[in-house]
Amino acid sequence: MSTIVMPKPMQSVLDRKAAIVAALAEALPDNRVISDPAETRAYECDALTAYRCPPLAVVLPTTTEEVSAAMRVCHDLGVSVVPRGAGTSLSGGSLPTADCVIIGTARMNGFLEVDYDNRCLRVQTGATNLSVTGHVEDDGFFYAPDPSSQLACAIAGNIAMNSGGAHCLKYGVTTNNLLGVRLVMADGEIVDLGGPQMDLPGLDLLGLICGSEGQLAIVTEAVLRILPKPEGARPVMIGFDDAEVAGECVARIIRSGVLPVAIEYMDRPCIEVVENFAHAGYPQCEALLIVEVEGSEPEIQDQLARITAIAGELNPVEVRVSASAEESANIWKGRKSAFGAMGQINDYLCLDGTVPVSALPGTLKRIGDLGREHGLQVANVFHAGDGNMHPLILFNANRPGDLERAEALGADILRACVEVGGCLTGEHGVGIEKRDLMPDQFSPVDMEMQMRVKDVFDPGWLLNPAKVFPLSASESRRTEDRRRAG
Amino acid sequence: MPAEVLTPATEEAIAEAVAGSGGQALRLRGGGTRSDIGRPVQAARVLSLAGHSGITLYEPGALTMVVKTGTTMAEVEAALEAENQQLAFEPMDHRALLGTTGEPTVGAVVAGNVSGPRRVRAGACRDHLLGARFVDGRGRVVKNGGRVMKNVTGLDLAKLMCGAWGTLGVLSEVSLKTLPVAETACTLRFAGLDADGAVALFCAALRTPYEIAGAAWIDGSAYLRIEGLAVQVENRSRALSALFQAHEIERIDGEAHGALWRGIRDVTHFAARPGAVWRLAAKPTDAPGIVAALGAAGAECSLDWGGGLIWARVPQEADQDVRRHLPGSGAHATLVRGCADHRGAVAVFQPEHPRLAKISAALRHEFDPDTILNPGLMA
Repeated sequence: MSTIVMPKPMQSVLDRKAAIVAALAEALPDNRVISDPAETRAYECDALTAYRCPPLAVVLPTTTEEVSAAMRVCHDLGVSVVPRGAGTSLSGGSLPTADCVIIGTARMNGFLEVDYDNRCLRVQTGATNLSVTGHVEDDGFFYAPDPSSQLACAIAGNIAMNSGGAHCLKYGVTTNNLLGVRLVMADGEIVDLGGPQMDLPGLDLLGLICGSEGQLAIVTEAVLRILPKPEGARPVMIGFDDAEVAGECVARIIRSGVLPVAIEYMDRPCIEVVENFAHAGYPQCEALLIVEVEGSEPEIQDQLARITAIAGELNPVEVRVSASAEESANIWKGRKSAFGAMGQINDYLCLDGTVPVSALPGTLKRIGDLGREHGLQVANVFHAGDGNMHPLILFNANRPGDLERAEALGADILRACVEVGGCLTGEHGVGIEKRDLMPDQFSPVDMEMQMRVKDVFDPGWLLNPAKVFPLSASESRRTEDRRRAG
Repeated sequence: MPAEVLTPATEEAIAEAVAGSGGQALRLRGGGTRSDIGRPVQAARVLSLAGHSGITLYEPGALTMVVKTGTTMAEVEAALEAENQQLAFEPMDHRALLGTTGEPTVGAVVAGNVSGPRRVRAGACRDHLLGARFVDGRGRVVKNGGRVMKNVTGLDLAKLMCGAWGTLGVLSEVSLKTLPVAETACTLRFAGLDADGAVALFCAALRTPYEIAGAAWIDGSAYLRIEGLAVQVENRSRALSALFQAHEIERIDGEAHGALWRGIRDVTHFAARPGAVWRLAAKPTDAPGIVAALGAAGAECSLDWGGGLIWARVPQEADQDVRRHLPGSGAHATLVRGCADHRGAVAVFQPEHPRLAKISAALRHEFDPDTILNPGLMA
């Protein structure tokens, strides 16, 4: 048993399954609709695997027009829709309900236009994050947002969750690199928003769409900003025996005027597990920073010299400047294998609360205390430059009650993040995972205004309805009457 | 009859002023330096934010400033300067162009999503806005976002407020990302270029990894700004000079450099010259065609953002809407300087796709159901 509840499926929808599937099949070319329970099971969860539920049906369109046709059928029949990219959400953003139709972007991964002069490209949103960079890197460009799941995750999900990554300290997150979208609205209408221009006319609806967790519309195409690749990049690894001093080091680097492309942080429990797994040669200490800078060789040397000088004033356990591509790979090896290493020895919940950089040391201490109170171990590996923490709560899914304890600890940790001026989620999204914690960050009026925005885009509350807002807050909107009227 | 001016000093008082408006329109005002942007607003009362001032929190090590919206940009910039930091989006000061006086405020910068030349590299105001508190048209205080760099908790209403020109709510407090001032900067000037030549140069320069922090074209000269650590600026200016060796290049440093970009930022080249001034956002490679078409209609243009931003001065205001001269591109235009008659007669902001216009109208209705906040300003 787990603690997050999903609403009961609407019996009236379940009863009409055959008619709904038939209407979808009628509206779409062959082989777009999946309704056999043996096949829909593949879509029963995303990367928040503790929660599973096969959908009523799955639609895998190949064009915007097909998404529109499927959406129109669902709209007219009052069936809720859960949009799905690659299904890598860590917050349950694409978790189905038994009475929903999944509309997935998996078969929409075409590159429609690449425009180096205007430094942008147009892509179908089923393309993976990494494939975007792959498409342009031979010509010296890259796409900046780089979530850890970038090999698998789709641009659709990146836009839905406003994904970040390790390099957003310098380059920003998805919303800062998204120039335009093609939308399928809840009633099936197709609308373009933005484009290769740097500014949009009117209200910033693009900013609203990005990070809306599939609740406002389905994004089928995106115009993405691409950037020239830096000439080179190299990291320095710095170990400290005190988390507070490591936090001070981060703040001093940021203030110094050097803008590293990434500042990553690992704590002792994480270093130990990673070291056993990846043998990256990390020192055993309380806090390890990996700071990466970019530029030409003399520029890299200059920046690394400044950073090591700052670190040197703070009595580090070790400072290791990479001198070669091989040494860089070694320094990054442990960090990049951290999640895999954790997964080898434990089940874990990965949180992503964000705190002000100045509150990092205190929050780390508080997380340690909370872990002890709940009797669970927590390892921390995160993007320190922007305060985006990733506490990994280690538990044993086979031990009854452990998941519930882990979730309770997670909730306490996220509340602690909010208390020091932070937020529940920095890059994973609210989904179902943090849905019930929203009142810890927002007042009823704050949430009401957000739900009114959803009312405007999706009056019937058909799109991903049981996510983001606590069920009690959205209950009066998630009704059969509204769906019929929507 | 002069308008009655309300000057609430707290967020609570702002909420009371809005809630107690009795359905009467309110014209929002910061320092009044941008009051002539937008369609003329009919309102008997002014809600001035000037009394709601002060920096709530500034943590240079966390690159964060939280500030009440009536705070002057002068106060914000002085605080930043003391820590050698800046707002990287380089907000334009509209006073020279609009011939206004007073002190620009941070609230108006955010309400107008006001950005400057560095937008081409660092992003717009909206990209540096971490969170906002505002009072909606019912007089309720709403908060969104926060003060941290990464935040995807709930819908991004802060971005919606940024560029809404006060038509969705009264901004009361904003959190902004701050960044260190570059250690050094210089500019390469390329004389004798037309718009085609300038945009070709910009496209080539912006394809390099040299992080061009400004790319503007005025009066036949193109300017490329290079910023960073001393070693970066030296390497990059050398590399760019080599790349464009076919051109005659003048290097601009020091005080002249700062003044040059303040002028570009504030469009001072059109300040003392008569006529309407339009601001167009375009795909950079469309800019030369637009400049030619507007030139044929008697307009004078300059470029910023590598061609992505076109400033057009149209001497005869009788020539009402610049949009009818635009070739079929996706460019969109905003009338930034025009007399009240002109602003009353044309669409100041680019007309939207009907569905998007419907969404915008519905959002305005949800945020301000009685249409009391800057009514009609963006209509």
